[in-house]
Amino acid sequence: MKRYSAFALAREALTNHLGWERAWANPAPKASYDVIIVGAGGHGLATAYYLGKNHGITNVAILEKGWLGGGNTGRNTTIIRSNYLQDSSAAIYEKSRSLYETLSQDLNYNAMFSPRGVMMLAQTHHEVRGYLRTAHANSLQGVTTEFISPQKVKELCPILNIDGPRYPVLGALWQARGGTGRHDAVAWGYARACSAMGMDIIQNCEVKGVTSANGVVTGVETTKGRIGTRKLGIVVAGHSGQVADMAGFRLPVEAVALQALVSEPIKPCMDVVVMANTVHGYMSQSDKGEMVIGGGTDGFNNFTQRGSFHHIEETLRALIETFPIISRLKMLRQWGGIVDMTGDRSPIISKTPLGNCFINCGWGTGGFKAIPGSGWAMADLMARGEPGPLAEAFDMWRFKEGRFIDESVAAGVAH
Amino acid sequence: MLTLECPYCGVMADETELTPGYEAHLKRFGPGSTDEEFEAYMFARKNPKGVHFERWRHAYGCGKWFLAARDTATLEVFGTYPAQSSAPPQALQDKIKAKRPDWKGYK
Amino acid sequence: MSTRLSKGGRLIDRSAAVEFTFNGKRLRGFKGDTLAASLLANDQMLVGRSFKYHRARGIVASGAEEPNALMNMGAGARLEPNQRATTTETFDGLSAQSQNHWPSLDFDVGVINNAFSRFLPGGFYYKTFIHPRFAWKHVFEPFIRKSAGLGKAPTEMDADRYEQAYAFCDVLVAGGGIAGLQAALAAASGGARVMVLEQAPHWGGRAPVDGDVIEGIPAEAWVKNTVETLEKMPNVTMRSRCMVAGVYDHSYVLAEDRVADHTPGDGRPKKRLWRIRATRIVAATGALERPLSFAGNDIPGVMLASAVRDYVVNWAVSPGDRTVVVTNNDDAYRTAIALKEAGLAVPCIVDARAQADGALPTKARAMGIRIETGKAIAKVKGGKRVTGVALCMQAGEGAALEEISCDVVAMSGGWSPVVHLWSHCGGKLIWDAAAAMFRPDAARPPISHDGLAMVYPAGAANGALHADAALQDAAKAGAAAAGADPIAAAQAEPRDEAPLEPIWVMPQGAGVKLRAKMWLDYQNDVKVSDVQLAAREGYESVEHTKRYTTLGMATDQGKLSNINGLAVLANALNAEIPNVGTTTFRPPYTPVTLGALAGEARGEIFQPLRRTPMHAWHEAHGAYFEPVGLWRRPYCYTRGGENHAQSVEREILNTRGNVGMLDASTLGKLIVKGPDAGRFLDMLYTNVMSNLGIGKCRYGLMCNENGFLSDDGVVVRLAEDTWLCHTTTGGAERIHAHMEDWLQCEWWDWQVYTANVTEEYAQIAVAGPKSRALLEKLGGMDVSAETLPFMTFAEGTLAGLPVRVYRISFSGELSYEIAVPASHGLALWDKLVAAGADLGVQPYGTEAMHVMRAEKGFIMIGDETDGTVVPQDLNLGWAISKKKADYLGKRGQERSYLSSPDRWKLAGFETLDGSVIPDGAYILAQGVNANGQGNTQGRVTSTYYSPTLKKGIAMGLIKGGMDRLGEVVEFTKIGGAPVKARIVDPVFYDKEGARNNG
Repeated sequence: MKRYSAFALAREALTNHLGWERAWANPAPKASYDVIIVGAGGHGLATAYYLGKNHGITNVAILEKGWLGGGNTGRNTTIIRSNYLQDSSAAIYEKSRSLYETLSQDLNYNAMFSPRGVMMLAQTHHEVRGYLRTAHANSLQGVTTEFISPQKVKELCPILNIDGPRYPVLGALWQARGGTGRHDAVAWGYARACSAMGMDIIQNCEVKGVTSANGVVTGVETTKGRIGTRKLGIVVAGHSGQVADMAGFRLPVEAVALQALVSEPIKPCMDVVVMANTVHGYMSQSDKGEMVIGGGTDGFNNFTQRGSFHHIEETLRALIETFPIISRLKMLRQWGGIVDMTGDRSPIISKTPLGNCFINCGWGTGGFKAIPGSGWAMADLMARGEPGPLAEAFDMWRFKEGRFIDESVAAGVAH
Repeated sequence: MLTLECPYCGVMADETELTPGYEAHLKRFGPGSTDEEFEAYMFARKNPKGVHFERWRHAYGCGKWFLAARDTATLEVFGTYPAQSSAPPQALQDKIKAKRPDWKGYK
Repeated sequence: MSTRLSKGGRLIDRSAAVEFTFNGKRLRGFKGDTLAASLLANDQMLVGRSFKYHRARGIVASGAEEPNALMNMGAGARLEPNQRATTTETFDGLSAQSQNHWPSLDFDVGVINNAFSRFLPGGFYYKTFIHPRFAWKHVFEPFIRKSAGLGKAPTEMDADRYEQAYAFCDVLVAGGGIAGLQAALAAASGGARVMVLEQAPHWGGRAPVDGDVIEGIPAEAWVKNTVETLEKMPNVTMRSRCMVAGVYDHSYVLAEDRVADHTPGDGRPKKRLWRIRATRIVAATGALERPLSFAGNDIPGVMLASAVRDYVVNWAVSPGDRTVVVTNNDDAYRTAIALKEAGLAVPCIVDARAQADGALPTKARAMGIRIETGKAIAKVKGGKRVTGVALCMQAGEGAALEEISCDVVAMSGGWSPVVHLWSHCGGKLIWDAAAAMFRPDAARPPISHDGLAMVYPAGAANGALHADAALQDAAKAGAAAAGADPIAAAQAEPRDEAPLEPIWVMPQGAGVKLRAKMWLDYQNDVKVSDVQLAAREGYESVEHTKRYTTLGMATDQGKLSNINGLAVLANALNAEIPNVGTTTFRPPYTPVTLGALAGEARGEIFQPLRRTPMHAWHEAHGAYFEPVGLWRRPYCYTRGGENHAQSVEREILNTRGNVGMLDASTLGKLIVKGPDAGRFLDMLYTNVMSNLGIGKCRYGLMCNENGFLSDDGVVVRLAEDTWLCHTTTGGAERIHAHMEDWLQCEWWDWQVYTANVTEEYAQIAVAGPKSRALLEKLGGMDVSAETLPFMTFAEGTLAGLPVRVYRISFSGELSYEIAVPASHGLALWDKLVAAGADLGVQPYGTEAMHVMRAEKGFIMIGDETDGTVVPQDLNLGWAISKKKADYLGKRGQERSYLSSPDRWKLAGFETLDGSVIPDGAYILAQGVNANGQGNTQGRVTSTYYSPTLKKGIAMGLIKGGMDRLGEVVEFTKIGGAPVKARIVDPVFYDKEGARNNG
């Protein structure tokens, strides 16, 4: 793999950039692999990458129904933060955030992690108490956050109206080391690194069946034929239910659509990421200058990835109240992502009823920020066959025991 | 913005007039059931990419809960019927079967 | 130079001159102009700078597809960035500024990026700025952010207002060109309700410009007649300046009506968002011309051939004196002919095809225009304005044959149907190889709720580019959409045009250096070479190429660039165009103002506001409100120079010492009635309600099926078959819905009726040792301890008002909650205030209520509970029936984790030094867990300074709970040493409950 650098750019410019090699290979599937990962989104690719990097397992295929990074990895609002309340959540999201810090260097691919800071506004007394609770929890979890005053909020984000008539800002939970990344680049960087380790990324290859013998997985049937494997990792987000069905088990997961939109680009006016959960909306400004806006989820099972209107209407009302200057900007594009919501809205990283078959799903509306940590924990689980401390709490049997990991308790926090 | 016909008042109701209630025809398990039964009742969901039976309430209309058969991939609504039904009406099942020959039934 | 012609201009009113400014310069235009037309009339071709290389950008198009001519419009509270000059109507006083340059449009420092452009190919960001690690955030990214972006960020609150309107129709026709009008006629003829929406201020689309003849008369006249006919039909609604932005699920349509965009400040809303439920939609959205890819095709003065024609015919504006036309089709000859007819020079038509012998080329030749077939543009000369072109063979590699001086290049690469509305909800496309375009695949339409097609493409949007075919197609589409009988379409004179020849790169054998000068996306600076690089590097999916190069991600969303880009990609991959596919078309068609999407709900009313009957009184008496759901409740009432904490303290001491009044109207009030009501409530509450005596009150807990505590409140038995359930303020609607859910969906054979009567009653808590005296002063009923003991109620009158009085207490004091019909709420409140003056009555707010209940150890839903707490955790076992076989949540509570003895349980806490435990604090435990996180053993749930006890008090959950009474534990304190506190009984005040009885 040729290394990327400013020097390489200058060198290739001399030959009009005709010398760049493929970022990832385009192989035909082999007859079998040590590990097959279904789903070449961020989580699947990260799982493969850490299988190779941390565990030396490189005889790996990553199968993708469409194009790599084409699911929620490529259609989210790119927020990265780890200021979660529950210990197990904070552990994996903080692991993830810390991996993001050095991801560009690890992958030799600029994933553009930008720790510009994330603030979650408190606009009711109840929310203030909720975020204070999170701040106390974070202080023990090794997650650096602080509860800041309205004046500090205004300093960090001058376009914010802290004196609205209905929900004046009473403070905010601030994570200075949270921020944003470039979503596509995360998938592409992992894909390039996986390919460089000799792994096969096979796009346009849909899994149609899972084969097993004596309760242990043996392979998958795909649109490109049968492929054998010793271990199978299902990392397909919204389509987890469909693949789990092929593997013979049912999940506590429902797929719903999450709405998002971007405005036309304007010159920089907002450095930080702001989430306003009382009024339901969050916003940041991309490097291109677009205001990136996240809305709510529809309340019904949906696989269409389409934008709908009434959620963004509510979101924009909230955001115009919060950021009055955006009223005259225009919506450039809106879309929906299929998010997989579990019974407690926390993810599943787990063994399954089928031997050597593992599942990673349920990231819901918060998957992008978790990609490196999720891949790290999933790779560990798949390599050793048992969960490590990061994954342990996220097993799929917790619902039977009532052992929920409920993040909504702090203050109705959206991810 | 979906539109669904409330089988009680006959109104074609916008999604904003309704509140969703997810999967229909779940059997309740209470005290005396096993942990597995209770978990399945509470959490295991079909979540099909295709024909789905689901609950809706005409919350900002007549207030009635009703059930709908809807394709989650195309959003086609095959029909709606009262919540007080332990199974989808046969005519509706026949209609779905005619439109989706691969459909394996509501159970 | 570009200038205004002395005659012509079908859309302008030469008698109405308007003045406007561009970059501070005062300029003149005419009514009917677009801003782009006005600018060209004033020789202003250079209008902006590109995104990445800051190259000079001129006007390219004449409509919504314009990628370059974006302006900062207006100033201050009316500053609007990125306004398209090509769709903005020029009005008197308009002020526009060009964007994305510093210090000026003509001299832009950012153009230095252009000099380095060879080092900045598509996707270069991903390959560099990697080291050193901290440089991305602190050096590279700030630089990129500053040079990116387009328009200025507004700094003020929007001075304009917006509104929304709802409409319903059988057929919505998007587009008021000849196809749209024809489709509307066909749809409306059978009586269907039809809406016709046109984005431009005028009807007819391109046909009048192109000189079509319909039914024997010029298209313009036919359009006028047809519009008049439609406007007279009672079942037809016509709106111009109204852009159909998106088609959503089940044929829901959004359209943006530019009501006062061109008359700012006239009092009307700037824009109106139409929310339309159509049964079927006709997409008569026309087609867009494609640029051609040749070196230097981004230099100002290179324009779409159709746009050049529009400027001449519609606005009598000549974009230049000498125009070279370059084309792969016959249609562009119309531009040459129009220019010639306007007296302008057309030194050459460069036609990439080997032959050009159709009617239009023949006519052009006859007019003396030189036509060069088989030729291409090797290169455009010029910097901020075209100065000439070099010609070459299309089949060659670009060796220049000759140079022709000119100041405009009018290009046409053919036409692409506007398929956005067809595609928004999943309509599929097919590739029409003969016409080199994607068009709707009738076999795979977007479907509505009934499983039938919801969009019917018509005319050019369906690939029928010529007037005759378009009218036939539209008549069919209109009738089909309405389910009406077909009508005869208007007849247009057929066009005699030779087929185009797909040309994706010009010349065909252009080398890499030329390809690096062929722009695909003008705004984002994506070139042919960038797409080819992406393909070479494995970004083979069209979505990868788009995202890697940013092709089609500019504000025009690829309207000009997409098809050319994916043809180049297909070529690079050696694949067929249809196999490469398109990127996804997303709403809106053109950008929609966020203010319009939000509508009128702004400021105070951005969400509905719920007011109790006493709300205005609270406002007039110093209430500091807090939002609780959509209500605003007084948190406290400030007097004099008090801060909030002082007010709360005063209110508590006064209530405990004299008497206080709380507006409790927001508490949920749900009637449950019927033969099975008792049985139903026994399932709903953890305790038994069926055996509650008539006239009695009982505190009850409600859990969700998962077992977690979800609400609490006092249940009252009004009659044999009637109960009244009080819920929390936030719980009223939720719990009512919960009841209906179970009644309708699970126990539908039970005879129970529920009603949410929350807003039908005002409710006032009168609490304190003098509360009985106060009620007695009002008079009308016996409220003595004997007649009205604790946890009972009575109906009667107080001060002549019909009331129901409950002897319940959330403060621990002698307390009455008085329910009165809402219309009497304020009257009762006023009477209480007046009668209580000499008793020292004062209102108290929610915070005083919270503190007083904490002093008594009463739990609060939302404080002691957070959705993960079961009643057993809160020592509320006494309120859980052991006898009942079932209640909602019972099975859930039996699961191992919920019934574990290790769960954190409720206790009281007092700091050793009397201080207040910090809100949200956790209780420290020994060591760290496997993830290195500090261990905890509990947390605080309510913590206050108690004015009554003059010290900090707290409730919390701790492992072991009350079994550890007396132990000292440590609470976290951010930025300080842990706070030591002793585990105590959570009832801090009046443990024996003597004060309840006064």
